[in-house]
Amino acid sequence: MAKAAILNYIKRPSPVHALTGTTKLIFFLSWSISSMVTFDTRILFVMLGICIVIFKLSQIRLRDISVVLALAAVFLVLNNLFVYLFAPEYGVEIYESRTVLLSIAGPYTITAQQLFYHLNITMKVICVVPVALLFIACTDPSEFAASLAGIGVSYRAGYAVSLALRYIPDVQREYINISQAQQARGIDLSGKDKFFTRLKNSVAILLPLVMSSINRIETVSNAMELRGFGKEKKRTWYMRRKLTGNDWIAIGLAVVVLVVDLTVTFWDGSRYYNPFL
Amino acid sequence: MADPIISFQDYGFQYAAQASPTLHHITLDIYPGEKVLIAGASGSGKSTVGNCINGLIPFAYPGESTGKLFVGGVEPKESSIFSLSHTVGTVLQDPDGQFIGLTVGEDIAFALENDCVPQEKMKETVAEAARLVDIEHHLQYAPHELSGGQKQRVSLAGVMVEQVQALLFDEPLANLDPAAGRSAIELIDRVQERTGAAVIIIEHRLEDVLWRRVDRIVLMDEGRIVADLPTKTFLSGKALLEHGIREPLYLTALRYAGVPITEEISPQHVNSLTLTNEQKGRVRAWYVETEKFRVEEKEKKELLRVENLNFGYTPEVMNLQDVSFSIREGEMVSIVGRNGAGKSTLAKLICGFEKPLSGKISLDGRDLLEDTIKERAQNIGYVMQNPNQMISKPLIWDEVEMALLAGNMSADERRERVEETLKICGLYPFRKWPVSALSFGQKKRVTIAGILVQRPRIILMDEPTAGQDYRHYTEIMEFLKTLNAQGFTIVMITHDMHLMLEYTPRAIVFSEGRLLADTTAAHVLNDTELVRRASLKETSLYTLSLQCGIDEPQKFTEGFIAYEESLRSGKTR
Repeated sequence: MAKAAILNYIKRPSPVHALTGTTKLIFFLSWSISSMVTFDTRILFVMLGICIVIFKLSQIRLRDISVVLALAAVFLVLNNLFVYLFAPEYGVEIYESRTVLLSIAGPYTITAQQLFYHLNITMKVICVVPVALLFIACTDPSEFAASLAGIGVSYRAGYAVSLALRYIPDVQREYINISQAQQARGIDLSGKDKFFTRLKNSVAILLPLVMSSINRIETVSNAMELRGFGKEKKRTWYMRRKLTGNDWIAIGLAVVVLVVDLTVTFWDGSRYYNPFL
Repeated sequence: MADPIISFQDYGFQYAAQASPTLHHITLDIYPGEKVLIAGASGSGKSTVGNCINGLIPFAYPGESTGKLFVGGVEPKESSIFSLSHTVGTVLQDPDGQFIGLTVGEDIAFALENDCVPQEKMKETVAEAARLVDIEHHLQYAPHELSGGQKQRVSLAGVMVEQVQALLFDEPLANLDPAAGRSAIELIDRVQERTGAAVIIIEHRLEDVLWRRVDRIVLMDEGRIVADLPTKTFLSGKALLEHGIREPLYLTALRYAGVPITEEISPQHVNSLTLTNEQKGRVRAWYVETEKFRVEEKEKKELLRVENLNFGYTPEVMNLQDVSFSIREGEMVSIVGRNGAGKSTLAKLICGFEKPLSGKISLDGRDLLEDTIKERAQNIGYVMQNPNQMISKPLIWDEVEMALLAGNMSADERRERVEETLKICGLYPFRKWPVSALSFGQKKRVTIAGILVQRPRIILMDEPTAGQDYRHYTEIMEFLKTLNAQGFTIVMITHDMHLMLEYTPRAIVFSEGRLLADTTAAHVLNDTELVRRASLKETSLYTLSLQCGIDEPQKFTEGFIAYEESLRSGKTR
């Protein structure tokens, strides 16, 4: 029953784990903004360096998250491919110079400027993805709701995240049970049937699943109301932890990176660092 | 006497969505420190009474009320569901569904969080409540790591943190195995002793609740209170039988033996019984008489055979180990054991939903391992616990016909087969009806019909009667018996010791993935060691027989079953 999820919380004794959920959320958001805004290669290299250090500190091993990393890599390659296909001269436009390295066919030539542009967009992704993955892998799900509330999101919305984490495995289990029982009644989902038949067959599983989920929702909402959920404008959190020295260091780091990033990026009125001129 | 904590005064209620009132002229006072059992068949209005007390009515389920109701001195409709939750703590029926937090600690703390209690204070209160229900060593556990009984303890702790004056339990035993149910009743008793809160238990499984002291029993039927008496007095009357609730087995046995149930014999618990020697003599005489009702089992042909089955979802944990048994043609067999003992896993392997690591499953001597789920389903039908998990068509006819559509039957053959099946199941008059118009018990029949239409040799049922009151329980089980008499072999996974005892001569007992015993149902429940290891519960017949000086409790139980069986089939009286 307990099949390993693709990406989930991995408990390890590390300084990254020890940071509060709120810190990690702030760090993740600020880091994402930094990397999204800038095309400055120097800053991206610094960020990448910091990323590698954090990853080492977290004690999460590459193979723990290998599936997601592989998926991310595939998307990255596709992204690069399409950017090149649709705008092979974009780098030339940005860097206002043209150094042809290789000519392929028609408009498709490989220029140093285009390659440099691809290096930058790839770096941006590489800087964000590990931090995003670490946020999920190193944050106790119990702290999610509290950390969302920590940055000012309404606790009702925050708790919805928490409830989803709580009940998704239950619904998955139920789905498996229902689909097995329906298969025993001749409903085939293996793909031998035509598409339309399969679509019709999946309704045979969804209807019971929806009905049972509605019952579940009724129970949960009754249970929550009976225990006073939604009574006050605020609530406290059993799992929230106080910010410690390391938390402030992490938040400080994220802020410094963001400020430097914004300053350097917009100093000369261009988002791009241009080594060609 | 102090003021009542809950007071219904000629109270009536009608749900906004319904055409007629659900409750009529309810007058009921519950005092601090009392323990009250509200019993009644499904649809008697007992759960509605519970919802009125905790404020779900009118806040979650609006409707019209008449008369007056006071909870902790205030009228719920003038108050809010939140302030009521400080007076009344409610433990709902489904231990899993009401578990809100991601871990035990968070779930217990939930109400405190909503009250904005500071964290240090919260941790203290949670630890204290967890100690009260013996769950303090599991604070970090996620719900799927806990048993049903443990989850219920968490829910109880979660309402205890509010220092409530009354605790309301809605069918606390419905989802628990027998041993867990018994400890739940013991726990409720302990918690009440320590806190002095009033306890209200809504339940139709009377005998199990009476395992510990109950001050008063309130019996409901069709939205009215039909009896409200001290336990002793209540049990001496005939109220139960008339309103579709099962009376405790030891009392049934005494009645059969001709011992009048009066307050003098202290009928509230099998251990409290004070029978005179003359009365004990009557029980012994009746026991001798039951001898003539026994029927010998005939030897039957072997149908399903399971040999040395091993299985684990992950390599580290074996869910089934070296399981071997066989089912004979025309049998009705129970598979029992605590939650997680491997019963459902076994069913999945038999149906082909999962593949065994090693071992053999064969039908009529033919190995099934290469058969697909679909092919196996031709011979082995699987009926899930909750009919809502299976029904996927709006019309009864379509639902029953569904399994045939995948085969290559002609339309005429299909019609004939569906008609025949509907007749077997007593659903023929409803064939054009929508499924939604049916009661729970009828829906259950529809799901059974949906399986029967494939004419399987064996029907495998998961908890056929879970959550059913005595009337529906009897209806479903008698129906299964008629199917059995028509030659269908029936295997049931169950927690219900009564069901096992009354309807299945043979029982297969599981514990921690191993087959513990394969013997008669009566033997299972009279073997103290087996009962303990499989988390079952001995019946009160066991205790009664010893009290009356009958030192063969197993034969006494068998005699009782044979006698009841003959009553049902009309051979006696």
